[in-house]
Amino acid sequence: MDRRKFIRTGSLALAGTVTVPTLASALPGTKGEAATLVVPPTGSKGGVAAAMEHFGVTDADIRKTMTAALEKGGDYADLFFEHTFSNSVALQDGAVNRSQSNIDFGMGVRVLKGDQTGYAYIENVTLNEMVNAARTAARIAEGGTTVSPVALTEKRLKSNYYPVTTPWEEVVLKEKTPYLQRLNDRIFALDKRVQKVSASLNDSTSHVLFCNSEGVSYYDYRPMVTLNAVCIMEENGRFENGHAGRAYRQGFEFLTRDVVELIAREAVERTSILFRAIKPKGGEMPVVMGAGGSGILLHEAIGHAFEADFNRKNISIFSDQLNKKICNEHINVVDDATIPFNRGSVNVDDDGTPGQKTYIVREGVLTSFLHDRVSAQHYGIPSTGNGRRESFRHMPMPRMRATYMEAGNVKEAEIIETVKNGIFVDTFTNGQVQIGAGDFTFFVKSGYLIENGKLTRPIKDVNIIGNGPKALADITMVADNDAIDNTSWTCGKNGQSCPVTCGMPSALVSKLTVGGES
Amino acid sequence: MIANEYKELARWAMGQALKNGCQAAKVSLNQGSSSSFELRDAKMDTLQQSAQSRMSLFLYVDGRYGTYSTNRLDKGELERFIANGIESTRFLAKDEARVLPDEARYYKGGKPDLQLLDPNLSALSPDEKVAMARAVAEEAMGKDPRIISVESSYGDGDSFSYLITSNGFEGETAGSSCSLAASVAVRGEGEARPSSYWYESSIHLDGLIREGIGTKALERTLQKIGQRKTKSGKYTMVVDPMNSARLLRPLLNAITGSALQQKNSFLLDRLGQKVGSDKLTLVDEPHLMGAPGARYFDGEGVATERRVVFEQGVLKTYYIDTYNAKKMDTEPTISGPSVLLLKTGGKDLNGLVANLEHGILVTGFNGGNCNSSTGDFSYGIEGFLVENGALTTPLAEMNVTGNMIDLWNGLAETGNDPRLDSSLRVPSLLFEGVDFSGL
Repeated sequence: MDRRKFIRTGSLALAGTVTVPTLASALPGTKGEAATLVVPPTGSKGGVAAAMEHFGVTDADIRKTMTAALEKGGDYADLFFEHTFSNSVALQDGAVNRSQSNIDFGMGVRVLKGDQTGYAYIENVTLNEMVNAARTAARIAEGGTTVSPVALTEKRLKSNYYPVTTPWEEVVLKEKTPYLQRLNDRIFALDKRVQKVSASLNDSTSHVLFCNSEGVSYYDYRPMVTLNAVCIMEENGRFENGHAGRAYRQGFEFLTRDVVELIAREAVERTSILFRAIKPKGGEMPVVMGAGGSGILLHEAIGHAFEADFNRKNISIFSDQLNKKICNEHINVVDDATIPFNRGSVNVDDDGTPGQKTYIVREGVLTSFLHDRVSAQHYGIPSTGNGRRESFRHMPMPRMRATYMEAGNVKEAEIIETVKNGIFVDTFTNGQVQIGAGDFTFFVKSGYLIENGKLTRPIKDVNIIGNGPKALADITMVADNDAIDNTSWTCGKNGQSCPVTCGMPSALVSKLTVGGES
Repeated sequence: MIANEYKELARWAMGQALKNGCQAAKVSLNQGSSSSFELRDAKMDTLQQSAQSRMSLFLYVDGRYGTYSTNRLDKGELERFIANGIESTRFLAKDEARVLPDEARYYKGGKPDLQLLDPNLSALSPDEKVAMARAVAEEAMGKDPRIISVESSYGDGDSFSYLITSNGFEGETAGSSCSLAASVAVRGEGEARPSSYWYESSIHLDGLIREGIGTKALERTLQKIGQRKTKSGKYTMVVDPMNSARLLRPLLNAITGSALQQKNSFLLDRLGQKVGSDKLTLVDEPHLMGAPGARYFDGEGVATERRVVFEQGVLKTYYIDTYNAKKMDTEPTISGPSVLLLKTGGKDLNGLVANLEHGILVTGFNGGNCNSSTGDFSYGIEGFLVENGALTTPLAEMNVTGNMIDLWNGLAETGNDPRLDSSLRVPSLLFEGVDFSGL
């Protein structure tokens, strides 16, 4: 069967698409044209109109639903339609022998009354069900004046940060499998100690239609791809595992021999180093955060505590620190939705604010919290576009995107030279934070001891714990080697998962508590 | 319960699969609904309500295997969805180990209802739910001048599943849960705003403890004021019953078929060996009436039964499903644990602490991880320094580090106080000689 034919009879129906052939083309730029959205020619359908047809709703349906949402006195309502299809194909024991596909379709209604939120969602998108969901969400408001929804106008997105050349809808399984096979073969070829390889390719495509009672509507097409490998090695009866992966908002063009080679080498390097690694002696010590994945420090130590829902409730350790100097004046920290193809990028957030780049620390001063619509309204300022949600099943809340520190002014080697006894860390698996107490942690998969200004023995499997404001104030040197870590970071908050990334140049934190033996 | 029309839809989907190229198939239909009401300072903050349905198809096509799920339950769309799933699966490599379980291993029905569903839950009005959450908040509000925020919530949900296989299995499950929770934040030292929480949950509304939640959350928060680190070193560690199950999970992961088959388990080839202290006795009791996690069959339809997992530290069973059993050329057991009971001792948490001369009580884990291949772990913790049976200093910003085998060999005492609302009934635990890192 030729590919085009398969698309028609195959993957489109697999995607559950019923009305329009594909929405990928409804967003100009997704076919590798200009990254800037083009206004559709007069008389033709824009992204929103095509999306409304796709979801089977009319202007009148939306107006009726909004009216029901606001009938109890809510002051704002929005509707979020989503159609997501995701595919996973995986290799184990040398064969690409498992696949999974999933379709998720539905819409959520949110009603706001001041800081209060009512939310309901449905999977069967009919006018009747939408109005019922709207009435459920409307219950959040008790009395008050009723506002009327404003007629919809399409909001034109200024930029598309993730134009797609080959949408996943057009790719059949057999086109994906050679990359997994090659990844497996390369890992086995690179090291004789390799015992097992698991590799997986996950892609997902979301069509999102948003409209609110202020008349704003937009359509966004959100691609995502992740390629991961886990490698198990054995040396003298001892086993170790290592992981490597890359994740981007891209289509099939993401898959190249280069990315496969990169992941294969990283997986092998990260696993083989563990056989030489020891657990350091635990306690307080200087920690040099290596460039890239060390951005997890920012994500945990300050990122979450800057999310404005915690601050409007006054329960973050940074609640009273806005516009105050919180760290070295050479430090700038950004939360950014605009990096091309980045896993954390969004053209527009999930409550109608365009994606943007937000400085949260500028020259050592806390310049902005991360806002969604609710917190921005609470503070009386514009939203920073951080209102994100896992899916139509969830209400948006302030979430990070790509959180990173800008480059500093010294060399990494100079930083390491200053440390007499400490550790260098650059590979992580997970982190966590307590917003109010400020204690954050991240788990170090591997790194090195620093002895007398030199990297010596590898270390592994230790947790590092610190306190957000203290750790930030203790960053005394920042290198010029800033880097974003493009592995598949997923952030969890209040039961919702969100794709994010993080990044950092190498930096010295003068004191953190490192787990280890006593 | 899953309505008949949906069961018929599942059977129809099975027919479609078999008619269009599958030699075998499994179909499951899952439905559920939930509601939650969150209050801040006893005032409504968020309400959420939802219901969902999903069909999952597990297709065996010409020696190949793929799984497909969707919440689009229209027959026309499903027909194309199934046909495309079959087509897609044909592109995969053959996998001889992918077969349905032997029919003889299926649950055949006839056992009494496990009482996991409260039919009265759906009759409760939103106002009654909000009133319960408000009462929780009112226990804490105004009780201390340092309080910044009191958040409380009520949540409930039910879930139903219907599972059929092409070699004769048919089964249904139903469950519900309801919960009340409180979280209190106070102004602490400097800019710190310590917070803590408490919750109660139950399958049946009648069994839901409604009192003391706000009070306990406040109490636990106030106790944390002034948290600091203490000296690094080896300590006796007591872990409370809210957190002790966390330490059991790496052992459970290490005895599942998928980890063993991938040689990614620190308990590989350890069956029948002593891997923990005499105090480690763990039993899986799947048929415990009214217990969260109880079930007569697993996700494959295979009948569950009582299993001793560890007996006085000796590993007695692996959790091996049909697929991994075939791959490892061994007998399958069951795909995973149901209700796990760790053998209890004579004292509760207070009793264990009272007898402790010098040690650390862990009341919360903060991040950390465990290396699945080696069992090496390191977790952030908070808790209290215990001196002569008394909690003397609240602790935070410390790590506990070690190896799972060493840790469980150091298990010296178990409490009598597991939480009954969890499928992992693990009481307070006392371990000797554990490495803590702090100052």
